[in-house]
Formats: sequence, structure tokens, C-alpha cells
Amino acid sequence: MSATLAPSAGVTFAPVLERAFPDGAVRVEPRPAHDVPTLVATAEAFPAAARFLRDDPSTSFDLLLDLVAVDRSRLDGPPSCRGEERFQLNALLYSTKRNEHLRLRVALPATDPRLPTLVETWPASNWFEREAWDLMGIRFDGHPNLARLLTHNGFVGHALRKDYEAGQRWLCTDEDVLQTRLAAKTDLPEDVFETTTLNFGPSHPATHGTLRIVVRLDGERVVAAESECGYLHRCFEKMSETHTYTQVIPYTDRLNYCSPMINGAGYARAVEQMLGIEIPPRARAVRVVLSEFSRIMDHMVCIGANLVDVGGLTTFWYSYQAREEIYSLLEACCGARLTSSYARIGGLSMDVPANFVEWCRSLSRSVRDRIDEVDTLLTKNRILHKRMMGTGVVTKEQAIAWGFTGPCLRASGVGYDVRKDKPYDGYDEVDFDVPVATAGDNFSRFHVRMEEMRQSLRIIEQVVSRLPGGPVVSDDYRVVLPPKEMVYNEMEGLIFHFKNVFEGIQVPAGEVYSFTEGANGELGYSIVSDGSGRPYRVKVRPPCFPLFAAFEKIVVGGLVSDAVATLGTLNIIAGELDR
Amino acid sequence: MNDKKFPLPAARIEPPLAPGVPSTTGFDFLTTKLDWFVQWSHKNSLWPMPFGTACCAIEFMSSVSSHYDLARFGAEVVRFSPRQADLMIVSGTITDKQAPILRKIYDQMPEPKWVISMGVCACTGGFYRAYHVVQGIDEIVPVDVYVAGCPPTPENLIYGIIELQKRIQSGDLARHREAKTYVPIRVGTDPVESLPAYSKGVMAHGRSSESGFAAMEGPVEAAKAGKGETR
Repeated sequence: MSATLAPSAGVTFAPVLERAFPDGAVRVEPRPAHDVPTLVATAEAFPAAARFLRDDPSTSFDLLLDLVAVDRSRLDGPPSCRGEERFQLNALLYSTKRNEHLRLRVALPATDPRLPTLVETWPASNWFEREAWDLMGIRFDGHPNLARLLTHNGFVGHALRKDYEAGQRWLCTDEDVLQTRLAAKTDLPEDVFETTTLNFGPSHPATHGTLRIVVRLDGERVVAAESECGYLHRCFEKMSETHTYTQVIPYTDRLNYCSPMINGAGYARAVEQMLGIEIPPRARAVRVVLSEFSRIMDHMVCIGANLVDVGGLTTFWYSYQAREEIYSLLEACCGARLTSSYARIGGLSMDVPANFVEWCRSLSRSVRDRIDEVDTLLTKNRILHKRMMGTGVVTKEQAIAWGFTGPCLRASGVGYDVRKDKPYDGYDEVDFDVPVATAGDNFSRFHVRMEEMRQSLRIIEQVVSRLPGGPVVSDDYRVVLPPKEMVYNEMEGLIFHFKNVFEGIQVPAGEVYSFTEGANGELGYSIVSDGSGRPYRVKVRPPCFPLFAAFEKIVVGGLVSDAVATLGTLNIIAGELDR
Repeated sequence: MNDKKFPLPAARIEPPLAPGVPSTTGFDFLTTKLDWFVQWSHKNSLWPMPFGTACCAIEFMSSVSSHYDLARFGAEVVRFSPRQADLMIVSGTITDKQAPILRKIYDQMPEPKWVISMGVCACTGGFYRAYHVVQGIDEIVPVDVYVAGCPPTPENLIYGIIELQKRIQSGDLARHREAKTYVPIRVGTDPVESLPAYSKGVMAHGRSSESGFAAMEGPVEAAKAGKGETR
């Protein structure tokens, strides 16, 4: 189960790096082949290394995916884990030009960990840095607004540090929540004659959950906006650290609750990579089929709810019918409609029903009808064109700088899709297209989603037509629960069962960044293992997070009604945003 | 009114006046019946306000959509403004950051009002025994019906609404009208007391006597006890 270390896995630009940093301030760390290549920089060289990686044509890591902070103080490592190198900050990068991932790492001391901000280099890091400050207590010098992001203002301490107790809550009062910072903001344009401050949310129908947006309006025009999240921060990452690897799966379902299957499959895939196990082909195919159905569900609710916000309630009923039909299939497979918890580390929890193939075929036909109905209602609808075209525009450069992935990035003209560019689970064996639009406005995002649903159906039909037989779960009983006959009749089976249930899956010590294409973009799991049955650290790269962070910049200059449409097409799912 | 279709409880038809009290008009009989009639109308014209935060809100959307069609049970007019609603359906996890907002919105709803706690997160915090999650919304607002499930199926939610309708009809829930004063929101532990070493502060898992829940029980219990007199 242990992987061999590749000395400079994937780092083709190592010679350039040595020339740029001859003093060895940035070096390549040996990694196992399943993980992304890693560079380690000293704290002093970190900003320069970041700029170099972004600007040099041989690297050009232009998209910041995530910042992952790790508290290493409880790791079974050298004493420096508790002293000079207690914290680690990992910047996960992607190059849209070269289709490569990279991790840039820096170690920080236990007392007063601080770094210069990366906001100048990658604007997307703004909220990621706030999160790292909020949950891990790492300061970023020069950050424009280093305030708490996910927890409330009455919170004391940094929750993801290892010495913070998982259940410790703090008093939150009205004053901690309901203040508007924007009302006191002074750096507004001079010619603003008379403005009003308008508060959206956190309980507002257009926010689809628990987002909060404060806009300063000049008439109907937005002159400044500020968004806030954290109203659904239910501590997924801390909860993961207190549960076994298998027990984390139900938590992943509740991240993006519009498409739970994708989350669970992505998480299981990450752990499987660490374990170095292969799942049976049937499990792989079923995961793909149900993930694509989940993607359709997600896009359907996005489009339906978006249209409710801009005044077209009818679409919602049509799009919801497709969801109900897909729910029935999921219910037949795993017993749950929404939060399926179907993926297991090593495969799936149980086999699909006997009529799965026929069911998928007929479902795909009826879902296609639903998509066509929604298409007829909307795509050539002039009212929708007036509302959506030219509003909420995000250019290609902005989308990359703000860290967009998924349909929103593809609507701005960058055709990055993990399924195509870094294929997994057999996506390279099926024929499908990646829809790309160039306008970057609300209509493009809507249109990309419409087309993606059709492509998903193409994938489903191909995979279903050659659905492999055989088991749906690996036979490696160090990872998977043995079948009941074995548990009751063989001593060995009983032992495996006992160890799996009581101790959890023993994942070898190490680290992985594993990514799949979620419904909203690249869904990444950074997992650190200390070799025990529980994850040492799990960090999700939620695709919504950079989207919502950029929202306050997108809406400025537009009308307030366009802001509602934009929020809908960005498809912010609070569970995933706040975790 | 057609007595066969809407049978009145026998006890309510009896004139409630004690012997010796002069009954000149029969007005008291009419009052009781009106009460029953008002409850009957309340029950069949619930205007829900979805306080949807998480996954349960998606199942709430299923419940109101064409397949399950909550309109069949007289809870059709979904209002997103608390001022136009009388039933708050809290669907989803309520975090400490969200808690004051939940309370504020509850306070904005006009009387009479009812609360359904949909899903285990809203009921008890669910499997989020964590530093930022309210361990049951009854720390903050009074709850009439708890609907279990993670998330509850639409059938389950509809069952919860039918149960609520039964209780509205029976008059059990009239306590809301009497219980007007609640203490301000207190969620979790007090940072001032436990600031020096926050790890020794009261864990929020059990509801400590300092938490808002215990303090809130007072008026509710009083209302229950005093129900007979105030009606």
C-alpha cells in the first residue's frame, strides 16, 4: 500500500528554478507519484517564488486553487513540528496554459506565524488568507481586510488548531452579526450624491441559503458591494479530524447538497489514492453514471432557482421534475434520495438494482425531454436575453485571477475541465465535449450549463452501454468491510471487520491533493494522514468559494437586479462555501 | 356550518359557565365555538416561511414542487417575508453566526405563529457536534414540531405539517400567544467568564443551565400552567 517516492515528479522546470533561486531557497520536494508536485520555499523567498511561478513562461501558474494551512503539532514528527515548523501553508496552483498542478509550501513557526500577503500576485487569495487567519491563526501582512470570515466576531481562538476543542462554542450576539461595515466605508467615489445601503440576506430568497451581501446603491446602480459568508460554517474540517475515514463520507454529502454523489466519490477517490488501491471497474462506471446524473441535478436546480429569482417560476417546476426522477434512481441504488452516502473507500456500499441499465436509459430519455422543455422555455426567450446578456460580465483574465473553475470559468473562455484535462475514473474512454463560451456574462454561464447537461447524458449513455459486471467494491479487506458470510464463518473475516469498524481504515502517513470535476468546478480534497484511522487534516477546495469571493467585484457598476441574476448563475451553494 | 363534516368536540359545546353565574345571552357558547373555528381556519391556511439554510431546504423545495405538492395540505402560500407568514419551517443547520438572525426573524412574525424544526441539525445539531453549530434551535426559539431525518423526506415533512395541524386544531399550541417575553439570545458559553483559558469553558454539548434554553423555559412553562386562566 505504500507508494514509491519520485524525486522530482512532474517538475519539468526544475532547472529554471535552480537558476532563479540559486541559493536553494526554493527546492523540489520528493513526492509519491499520485500526489501533485511540491516546491518548498523559505518564508523569506515565498513572495518572490509565488511571483516567479506566476510570471515565468516556463511555469505560468496563473490560477490559485486553494490555500491549505496545516497545524503539524500533533504529528509524530521531529521536534520542529511543535516549534519552528509548526504550521505549513500550502498554495495549490494550476497553470491554465500548461495544464499542470503544483503545490508551493512554506513552513511557519508556532509563535506569531505570519507571511506577506499574496493578494497582489493572485487576487483569489484574499478570502483564502482570511480563512487561514480565522481557522488557523496565520497572519498575512498587507492584507486589505484580515477579518474573520467563517466564524462570527465573538469567536475566540482559531478553531482548526490542534489544541482547540472541537465542541467549544462562543457567545454570538446581535451586535456581532448585524453590523454593516459598508455603511461606515469612506473610500467611495466623490461624485456619489446620495446613496443607500441595502442588505441582502443572510435569510433572503435570492441568496438560496445563507449568504449575505451588503450593497451601496446610487439609485439602482451598485457603487460598492461587500459579501460575507460563514453563516453555514458547520465545521466540516474539524469534524473530519474527529471521525474515521469512512465516517467522513456522510459529511462530504452535505458539502454541495445539490449533487452529493460527486462529493462522496471525490473524497473516496482521494483516500484511495493515498492507500494506492484500485476500485473495480463496475464501481468506477457506476460512480461516473451517478455523478453525471448528479451534475444534471445540480445544473437543473441552479437554472430553475435562478429563473425564480429573475421572475420565471415556471421553469422551476419543469427542472424540479427531472430532479425527482433522478432521486428515484438514487433511492433505488442506495436508499437515500438526496444525501446518498453511496461511495465507499474501495468502491460502493452496495450493488445497483438489477434493472439499472434499462432504468438509466429510460431516465436519460426522460431527462433529455425535461432539458428540451427548459431549453424551449428559455434559450430563445427574449426577456431572458434582456436580463442575462451583458450583465455580470467576467473576462477571461479576471476569471483566472479570481480563481474560477468549472462552468463559470468555461463561460469566460477557458476550457479547463478536470474530466477532460486530467481524466479520472475512465472519462478518457468516453466521447464528450467541453462546452465553452466566451462572453463571460450571465447568459454564457446559463448556456454552458444547459449544454453540459446534454454532454452528461452523452457520457451516461456511453458508460451504461458497456457497464462492466463484477463486484462493486474492492476485495482488500484492510480497507473494505468483508461480506457477512465471511464475518460469521471465518476468524479472519471477523478480525478484518473488527479492525475496520473499531480502528478505521489505516491510511499510510502522507499527504495528497486529489481533484475531480464537481458541478461548480474543481472539487479538491487535501488530506494529511498521520497513519492512524482518522484523517489528520482534511481541507476541501470548494469551487464556490472563489466565485462568491469575486461576487462583490462583479456586481459593481451594474443594477441591483442584475446582481440577483449574477448570484444565481454563479450558483453559490452555502454548504460547500462555508463547509 | 355542517356539523357532520366538521364535528365539534362535545366538551366545547357545553356552556363553560359555572353554576350560579348568570348567563343571559348565550354569548359564552358562541365564544368557544369561534375559538374552534379560528383554529380550524388557522390550520388550513398555514403560510409557511422557509428559513432554509442547507440540505433540508432542498427537500423543502421538493415538498412544494409538483410531485409532492404541499398545497394539498393548505400550506401553499410560501412567503419569504416573515411579516406575511405564520409558520416558520427551519430547514437546515443553524450556526452560532446565524442564530441571532433566526431569532430576529422569528420575532418579526406576527402572532399566532408556529415553528417546525425540520431535520436533525435544526432539532439537535445533528452530527455536527461542533464549535460553530447551535445544538438544536430550541436554544433560541420555541419549537412546535420536530421532524427527524437527515434530510427528512418530503413525506416526513408533510407528516410533520399534518401533526402541527392536528395540534393547532386541538388548541394545544395557543401558548404562543401567551408566551410573549423571551430572554435575549444567549448561545454557547460566555466568553468573558472563560476568556483566560477557553478550553475549560462549558462544553456546548449538554445544555448548561447558563444557556438561553434553560432561561427560556420559564415563560413557556408559565404559559402552559396558566393556559386555563388566560383563555
